[in-house]
Amino acid sequence: MTKITFIQPDGESQTVEAENGLTVMEAAKLNDIAGIEAECGGACACATCHVYVDDAWRDKVGKASDMEEDMLDFAFDVREGSRLSCQIKVSDAIDGLVVRVPAKQF
Amino acid sequence: MAETISIAPASSEGGGLIETDAVIIGAGPCGLFAVFELGLLDIKAHVVDILDRPGGQCAELYPEKPIYDVPALPIVTGQELTERLMEQIKPFNPVFHFSERIDELKKQADGRFHLVTDAGTEFIAKVVVIAAGGGSFTPKRPPLNGIEDFEGKSVFYSVRKIESMRGKDIVIVGGGDSALDWTLNLAPVANSLTLIHRRDEFRAAPHSVEKMRKMVEDASVRLMIGQVTALEGADGQLTAIEVKTASGSEKIPCTAMLPFFGLTMKLGPVADWGLNLHENLVSVDTERFETNEHGIFAIGDINTYPGKLKLILSGFHEAALMAQAAQRIIYPEKKVVFQYTTSSSSLQKKLGVK
Repeated sequence: MTKITFIQPDGESQTVEAENGLTVMEAAKLNDIAGIEAECGGACACATCHVYVDDAWRDKVGKASDMEEDMLDFAFDVREGSRLSCQIKVSDAIDGLVVRVPAKQF
Repeated sequence: MAETISIAPASSEGGGLIETDAVIIGAGPCGLFAVFELGLLDIKAHVVDILDRPGGQCAELYPEKPIYDVPALPIVTGQELTERLMEQIKPFNPVFHFSERIDELKKQADGRFHLVTDAGTEFIAKVVVIAAGGGSFTPKRPPLNGIEDFEGKSVFYSVRKIESMRGKDIVIVGGGDSALDWTLNLAPVANSLTLIHRRDEFRAAPHSVEKMRKMVEDASVRLMIGQVTALEGADGQLTAIEVKTASGSEKIPCTAMLPFFGLTMKLGPVADWGLNLHENLVSVDTERFETNEHGIFAIGDINTYPGKLKLILSGFHEAALMAQAAQRIIYPEKKVVFQYTTSSSSLQKKLGVK
């Protein structure tokens, strides 16, 4: 199991255990993390599972694909560490990952 | 991809009164298959969809994504499923009304239904089939404080008449085809036009991007890389917007803003038709998939009943049973004989295979 920490805009944090192979979005939905809507169900088609990957984890998590970048155009307040959580796969390599949930999804 | 609806400036005008057996609301997989099931029973259908093409969510959200649970098709993309359904319903010559939304639905004294679209097309139909999926695709509203007050007055998600934008200081936000098309179309009539996008890369068609870059060079368009953070104005009239850029923040005076952030699904006018709803879904029985209003059916993702599963295959089953019930309304005198397409000469004739 891999640990992922979600930090809400008000600072509240929640650490969950996720099975490898799931996506970070799926881990969030399974654990009822507030602010991750995932309207399209993980098809990289809506940008409502937008998260900010913590600075320390950006290299390990990697960059968004072109398709994901296109979809991030539909997200609100996109920043340096912006990713769509449905496009990040859970694996041992990101054990301990910290992501921030934006104040608003579209 | 989202935002693939082209909001073409020369929008086709609806209008006219159409009498038909059935109006199907929604051209997603269930709406399309309803054409087939109704067609086998000699029920003629018109199909209305807010998108500019068939497929519903399959076309709008995941045209390239594989679907693995359609019986007998181990793997099929949303696009291919749509194409196959279009092929399958061809013998029944359905009439499509794309880029239109049914806004009004009322029962007449004669038991038929009167429907009106946002483009003014009117229908008189014996039955109505709501196959509207997650609801109608509507433009996403940027989560900016107070934006509701400006909508329709100085913030627009589509433009019907270019002339209405003449002389305005326009801000267009986005990087897809809608944003770029409107930039190219409105720059000639605007007093000033600023295109704002979060990055200096655009999803829009390359030739539109090229044209836009030329306009930026000759200063008829200003391109800003940044994101809108706040709106200013009063009584619905925008006076300026605040834009966060790499170097800080800038205030842009403007009198109109057009944000293009793709589409989301909203239940929309269906909520106002007096139908029993449960958590934004239309309640139906499981024998006819009929709503509380006799003659109005609901199939696919938009309906709910005990044990409901939002699967395409469930929607197909619902379409078949709905059609049997619709037949009893449209042809009350007809003796109902159940037939198989494999063996029935009359069905095969309708399908054009005999």
